[in-house]
Amino acid sequence: MELGRRDLVAAFLGTAVAQAACRRGSRTPRPIPGELVDRQVEVGHLLRGAPPPIAPGPPRTVDVLVVGAGIAGLCAAWRLASAGIEDLVVCELDSEAGGTARSGRNAVSAFPWGAHYLPAPRSDRGPVARLLRELGAITGVDAEGRPSFAEQLLVREPEERLFYRGAWYEGLYLRAGASAADLAELARFEAKMDSFAAWVDGKGRKAFDVPSGKGSDDAEVTSLDRLSMAEWMDAEGYRSSRLRWLVDYACRDDFGARAEHVSAWAGVWYFAARHDGKTKSAGYLTWPEGNGRLVRQLATAVGPRRLLTSALVHTVEPGEDGCRVHALDARTRAPTSFFARQVVFAGPRFVAGRVLSPWRKAPPGFLAEFQYSPWVVANLTLSAPPPSRGFPLAWDNVLYESQSLGYVVATHQLERADDSGPTVLTWYYALAGGDVRAERARLLSAGYSEWEQLVAADLAPAHPGLDALATRLEVWRWGHAMVRPRPGFIWGGARRAAEESLGARVHFAHSDLGGMALFEEACFFGVRAAERCLAGLGRAGESWQ
Amino acid sequence: MNRSLLFVTVLVIATCGLVYELVVGTLASYLLGDSVTQFSTIIGVYLFAMGVGSYLSRYLERGLARRFVDIELAVALLGGTCAPVLFFSFAWPAVFRLAVYGMVLGVGTLVGLEIPLLLRILKDQLKFKDLVSQVLTFDYLGALAASLLFPLLLVPRLGLVRTSLLFGLLNAAVGLWSTWLLEPALGGVKLLRVRAGLVCLLLAGGVVSADRLNGWAEAQQYVDEVVHATSSPYQRIVLTRGARGFSLFLNGGLQFASVDEYRYHEALVHPAMVRAANIKKVLILGGGDGLAAREVLRYPEVESVTLVDLDPEMTSLAKSYADLAVLNGHSLENPKLHVHNEDAMRFLADGDEEFDALIIDFPDPHNFSVGKLYTTRFYELVARHLAPGAVAVVQSTSPLFARQSFWCVDATLRAAGFWTEPYHALVPSFGEWGYVLAARAPPARVRDLPKGLRFLSDETLPTLGQFPLDMDRVPAEVNRLNNQVLVRYYEDEWRRWN
Repeated sequence: MELGRRDLVAAFLGTAVAQAACRRGSRTPRPIPGELVDRQVEVGHLLRGAPPPIAPGPPRTVDVLVVGAGIAGLCAAWRLASAGIEDLVVCELDSEAGGTARSGRNAVSAFPWGAHYLPAPRSDRGPVARLLRELGAITGVDAEGRPSFAEQLLVREPEERLFYRGAWYEGLYLRAGASAADLAELARFEAKMDSFAAWVDGKGRKAFDVPSGKGSDDAEVTSLDRLSMAEWMDAEGYRSSRLRWLVDYACRDDFGARAEHVSAWAGVWYFAARHDGKTKSAGYLTWPEGNGRLVRQLATAVGPRRLLTSALVHTVEPGEDGCRVHALDARTRAPTSFFARQVVFAGPRFVAGRVLSPWRKAPPGFLAEFQYSPWVVANLTLSAPPPSRGFPLAWDNVLYESQSLGYVVATHQLERADDSGPTVLTWYYALAGGDVRAERARLLSAGYSEWEQLVAADLAPAHPGLDALATRLEVWRWGHAMVRPRPGFIWGGARRAAEESLGARVHFAHSDLGGMALFEEACFFGVRAAERCLAGLGRAGESWQ
Repeated sequence: MNRSLLFVTVLVIATCGLVYELVVGTLASYLLGDSVTQFSTIIGVYLFAMGVGSYLSRYLERGLARRFVDIELAVALLGGTCAPVLFFSFAWPAVFRLAVYGMVLGVGTLVGLEIPLLLRILKDQLKFKDLVSQVLTFDYLGALAASLLFPLLLVPRLGLVRTSLLFGLLNAAVGLWSTWLLEPALGGVKLLRVRAGLVCLLLAGGVVSADRLNGWAEAQQYVDEVVHATSSPYQRIVLTRGARGFSLFLNGGLQFASVDEYRYHEALVHPAMVRAANIKKVLILGGGDGLAAREVLRYPEVESVTLVDLDPEMTSLAKSYADLAVLNGHSLENPKLHVHNEDAMRFLADGDEEFDALIIDFPDPHNFSVGKLYTTRFYELVARHLAPGAVAVVQSTSPLFARQSFWCVDATLRAAGFWTEPYHALVPSFGEWGYVLAARAPPARVRDLPKGLRFLSDETLPTLGQFPLDMDRVPAEVNRLNNQVLVRYYEDEWRRWN
């Protein structure tokens, strides 16, 4: 074994994985065939150069133009289409809609390229529940307004397992070998989170709610934002390494950053927002293609003829009676222009600064406050499920000693009893260090062969001989996968300032406005931007929120 | 040459030789039964083979020392791997006998060569009378050592696979060591040492991974003689035969014993069949052995039987294996019967055909994959395939051994909107066994039991629904895909009995 591989594995996954995977005398695994599939990076980087050419001739006039067909843009377009706006265009620079909720498919299964589940909403109200009703995922509502869900869409048991020193254990908290003190601390932490979940302010708002904007702005809650999650754990006296690991894992999994780089407000939100401390939540909704299923539902509702893919919007010029929007075909580089009465800008802030013409010259100060975690998502196709010791294959499979986030099994929800056939594992890795620019450089410094070695080394200790089952590996490097809720960011001024529309014609929608990269945030801001457009067009109706 | 070292060599090879013989003899009597015959024939063949070896030794003329080392390595390999190889070949009964006697002949011949060669190598170094006396003394001492070590220490402590590999390793070590001992007579030894080293490594690897090898040694787990064994992509299928007929095992679990399967299958099939409004179209899920189909086909009104079993290996065995085909009344060859080798859940989710009676005969919910077939979601899919007046029945494990599991199946069917009627029957091979009848509405009895039954009668049929106190209803959660409580109940409850 050459020294390089061990160093690479140690640098990305930690020394424990490097030791286990590169143990002396262990055989070097056969390289898994595959490739990097994140080619749209080049397209996006066209925005960095000189402004591209502008189409000659009169622009196409539309009522609303939506920039970006991620969840926020699609939700905006869905809201607008439902309100009867016919003259609507959604421009997406990628070859497919979905953003970080995109999905892929091969002969074995569909699989996610990013977001892969949606927590089942607690209430039957709001746009997320409306979407789920349209999808047939909500099958009924009880007397208290709590929805029930189609059983086959809720994550099937076994849901989670954790690998530690040679065997798998059920759940994400490492109970094996936990001392009485560890378990007492876990119980104290859970009780604390239950009390946060049950906390309600004078106006009847939960401390932490979904979407986050519905929650309380009481100082008792918002003051958490000043600390990092790690500092808060220190202050509260949580020292058990198992609990600290669980919390750090949660921060990396939901926010792409370590607990020391995540606001304690966001960290607690993760544990306390989705329940009320009393009733159990219904769990998670998921599909083989992850949130790609929700993308398909939204895209179908919007209508394919309104969705322009491979369309890179490079300039939005707000004017008196509308906006001029200039775009390029990402494949042919042919220019197109639009004149839109209203615009929903549903891309992230760092793109907004390059596309909105007034901001090119004088970028508002808040733009620099938005930071994004890079991620890698790899889909590994196997000819059979990976053999493993201990608790059987679950939906979410996490490795305790690794810096990766483990993998989910795309075929887990399939309606079949025989689980012995080929499958696809979706492996996640967040570049969770404090300096996002350095992390982005680290992301791009590793090519296919490095990521292939990392995926193989990460899974080798838990699944020896996996390389013999692996038929293909595809790797997607996301430069800006998730907005990062750093300490001070959620309740600081930048986020609030960024929510404001630009004049009367450009409205913003993206999960980054909520400070957390979550479906519900993207949906909230998408629907809100759409409703602002409707008001601007004189077609305001009842809000969906 | 150091003489005492030489005699240690003789002692070791003699011990090894006898250990191999004992390993093969023991294995043959384990796996084929009748230990008197097995041991007698194996000892006879082994001694005969040693005679063959001694006879053949005269044809070896040059490079005797080199030949001796080669023979040690060959014995090491053949004798060392005899237990794993025989265990492995057990899956094919015809091959197994051949392998047993091939192994005995091979090892015996090689061992028979050892002593004559050694005597000839050493003939110039000792007086003949001393040589013969001392070599043979240590040879017989080695035999004594082996015969004592084998039953007292080796079999109980190490098991057969590890024992045979360990003594193979010892034999190979003698080979390696003789390259020094006999170096003056050998000439170039480098290559010989590499070869011997490789054999040592191979066998040492075997000793280390003996547990894994042992895992293949499935024959040890069956009481009766294994008469057929095959592996499909889904399961290991083993048929055994004993004094009371034959039994089918899937992945080591008993599926039926011919002596009392009629109790299980009559109780499974007829309560549903006599209460279904029509029985023209019948669906059997699982039941690839064709025994439930045999009961269904007793009714002349049945026009078609759809049998969905995942494993084509199972359904083809039930058709082609003579004893099994006789037992199931050749049901799989009946023109009314159509086999679909498909996943039952997928079959129900994808199709829309309706059936009058549905016989659901899956393995017990012992893991999360099979557990899916006992969920509200699965029963919702079943409901889509019910013709008007249809009745379904679900084999539901033992209400005695796994009481809460049994009542969980009932609660789950009710939660999925079914009327249910739980019942049970005694199947001695299994114990008290439970079933749940399910329909959209309570079905009345509309049909006579067919002729020729051995267990059910009009008098006993109504009594099956009476549960003694120790099997009576207990509260149980509803089994859903997203909780799989049944798998957890089942695991807990059976663990208590095993």
